[in-house]
Amino acid sequence: MRINRLAAGLAVLTVGLTACGREVGGDAADDPTSDGTSTATEAAATAECEEGETDGDLVFYNWSDYIDPELITQFEEEHGVSVTSDYYPSNEELLAKVQSGGSGYDVIVPSDYMVNIMREEGILLPLDKDAIPNHVNVADEFADPPFDPGNQFSLPYQWGTTGLGVDTAVVGEDVEASWDLIFDPETASQYSGQIALLDDPRETMAAALYYLGYSPNTTSDEELQEASDLIAEAKQHIAAFDSNLYTDLLLSGEVAISHGFSGNYFAAFAEAENPDQYRYLIPLEGATKWVDTMAVLADAPHPCTGHTFINFLLDAENGAQLTNWNYYGSPNAAAEEHILPEILEDPAIYPPDDADLFFLEDTGDAEILYNDLFTRAKS
Amino acid sequence: MSTLTTPPDAGPEPDSGLLAPETEGLEEKGERRRGRRGFLIGAPSLAYLVLFFAIPLGIVLVYSFATRSRTGLTILGDWNLDSYQRLADSLVLEIFWRSLWLAGLSTIICLLLGYPLAYYLATRPPRLRAVLLVLVMIPFWSNFLVRTYAWRVLLASDGPMSGVLGWIGLGDVRLLFTPFAITLGLVYGFLPFMILPLYASIERLDFSLVEAARDLYGSGWQAFRRVTWPLSRPGVIAGSILVFIPSFGAYVTPEILGGSRTTMIGSYVVRQFLSARDWPFGSALSFAILAVMLGAAVLYFRSGGKNL
Repeated sequence: MRINRLAAGLAVLTVGLTACGREVGGDAADDPTSDGTSTATEAAATAECEEGETDGDLVFYNWSDYIDPELITQFEEEHGVSVTSDYYPSNEELLAKVQSGGSGYDVIVPSDYMVNIMREEGILLPLDKDAIPNHVNVADEFADPPFDPGNQFSLPYQWGTTGLGVDTAVVGEDVEASWDLIFDPETASQYSGQIALLDDPRETMAAALYYLGYSPNTTSDEELQEASDLIAEAKQHIAAFDSNLYTDLLLSGEVAISHGFSGNYFAAFAEAENPDQYRYLIPLEGATKWVDTMAVLADAPHPCTGHTFINFLLDAENGAQLTNWNYYGSPNAAAEEHILPEILEDPAIYPPDDADLFFLEDTGDAEILYNDLFTRAKS
Repeated sequence: MSTLTTPPDAGPEPDSGLLAPETEGLEEKGERRRGRRGFLIGAPSLAYLVLFFAIPLGIVLVYSFATRSRTGLTILGDWNLDSYQRLADSLVLEIFWRSLWLAGLSTIICLLLGYPLAYYLATRPPRLRAVLLVLVMIPFWSNFLVRTYAWRVLLASDGPMSGVLGWIGLGDVRLLFTPFAITLGLVYGFLPFMILPLYASIERLDFSLVEAARDLYGSGWQAFRRVTWPLSRPGVIAGSILVFIPSFGAYVTPEILGGSRTTMIGSYVVRQFLSARDWPFGSALSFAILAVMLGAAVLYFRSGGKNL
C-alpha cells in the first residue's frame, strides 16, 4: 500500500534536509535502552513486557483509512489507555519521519521491503513474542518472510497485490487478466492513451519483468535493460505514470487500464456510480504480493502498550474485523472463520493458490539500476 | 526562494573618517554605534540564514561526497567523487537540458504575457492600480497545490479545455500529461512573480522621457525600444530570475501535470532520496542545480548589469 508519492516527495523536500543531520548507520548503541553489546544490524535490547501490560497511552502511526475506528475504541476500553493516531501516505515518508529518532510513535505499519530497510537501520525494536501470544495465529505463509526472517521485528497486518484496475465498458467483460494489456503491442494499441502505470521503479519494472518471464527481483543487467526497453516501447500508448491518483484516473474515464494496489481499487470501486463497471485483475504471468506489517520503534515511548496492541490486532475476531472493514487480505489464519464469505470468495482479494505472486525484495546496489533504467524508459 | 531577497542592510559602514577627518571623536563614536546597531538589527536574519541555509547546505555538500551502502544507507567516510562523476551520465544531462528548456520557455512566455499587463497596470490611475494589483495577487490566497490539481481537472480529456478544442474542430488532442501541460502550469504558477517586479520598475519610469522621445520624432516603437525597455530592464531581469529559478527546480507542477512522463530535475532529485535511497547522488544533483542557477543568475545580471 504505497499511495501518495507526491506528498512523500514534498515531505522529503521540506523535512529531508533536517533529517540529514542525523547520525547515519546502525546506531543502536546510542539508544538508551541498549545494553551496549548489540551489533550494528541488531537493534536495541528486546523490550521485556508481560502479556497485556501497558506502559502509557499509545501513539499509532498508520496509513489512512486502514483500520476500523471501532477497533481502536475497543482497545481503549479493554486496556484503559487512549490511542492517538497519525497517518502517512508512503513508506518513504514514514522512513523519513522516524529514522532520525524521537518521533514519539510507538507502533508503525511499514510494508515488507521497508521492514528490511528499517531493520538494517536499527530503528525497530525486536518483538517480545511472549507478550504477543496471538502471533501463533499468523498463517504459515507469512510466518517467516524473506524481509524479516522469523518475524523478529515485525508481524503481518494485512496483505494485498499489485495488479490492474480496468474499466469493462472499454476493455470488455471477458478481458483476460494479463500484462498483454500493457506490453503486447497489438493489444495495447487498442487502448492507446488510456493506460496508466505506477510511477514506481520497482513495481513498474516488475510488471515488465513478469511479462518477459523474469524474476521481479533480478539483478541481471541484461534482463533489466530488456524490461526498460519494453516500457520505453509501451510508452507510446501510456497516458501517465502516476502513483497518487491511479484510481481517480480510472474512475474519471481518463484511462481504461490502470496499474495499482488492490485495496485502493476496492475502496474506489465501492464509491463509484456503477461499481460493476470496474474490475481488479491479477495478471496471470505473475504479480507482486505485498504485506504491511506491525512493528514497534526502537525508541517507542510505550513499547509494552505497543506489544499489547499488536497482540490485540492479531486476535482472531479482531483480525477478521480488520479485513471486513478494509477489504485487504488477512494474514491471520485464525481469523478466517470470522471473515465475510463474499470477501473470502473474491479471487481479487484472495487469489487462487496457483496464482504466481512474488514479494519485492531489496536488491542492494541494483536499486540504482532499477531507478535509472525506469527513468530512462519513461523519458 | 527567500534566498533571493536582498540581505538586510548591514547598516552604514563605519568609515566616516574618510568623510569628516576633522571631527573625529564624537562623530565617529556615533557612527560606530550606528554600525553596531545595524549589525544587531541584522543579526537575527544572519543567524537565520546561517542556521537554516548555510549549515543545511554544508550538510548536503558533505553528503555529496559520501557513499551509498548496499542497502541504501549513507556511509559518511570513504569520501569520493563518484556522485559527481555520475552527473555526466547521458540520462542526467538529458533531464538537465529538458528542465533548462522548459524553464526558459516558461520564462519567455511569462515575459511576453507579463510585460503588457504590467505596463497596463502601471499606467492606470492610482486607485484602480491598487485594485488591479490585488487581483494579480489573489491566486496566492489559495494553496498552490490545490490550484495545480485544479488544472488537472481543466485539462482532463473530458474537461472543459478539451471541450473547447473539440468545438473549434481540433478534436482529440491530449493535453494532460504533456510538456504543454507542464509549461502551462509553470507559466500559470509563476506569472505573478514576473508581473510584480515589472510593475515596480515601469511604475517608477518617468513618462516625460517617453514624451520627449516622441517630441523628437521617435516612432512609438522607437520610444519603447530606446526609452521604456531599457528603463524597465531591472524589472525584466528580476522577474526573469524569479520565474526561471523556481521553474527550473519545479517539482509539484511537472509531477502533477506531467504525469511524470516528462521527468524534470526536481522529480529526479526526489527520486534519489526516496526510491533509490541514494542520498550522496541526490546531494550532488542538488549542488549541480545550485551551480546552474547561480550561473544563470550571474549571466543574466552581467548582461543587464550596466543598467542596474
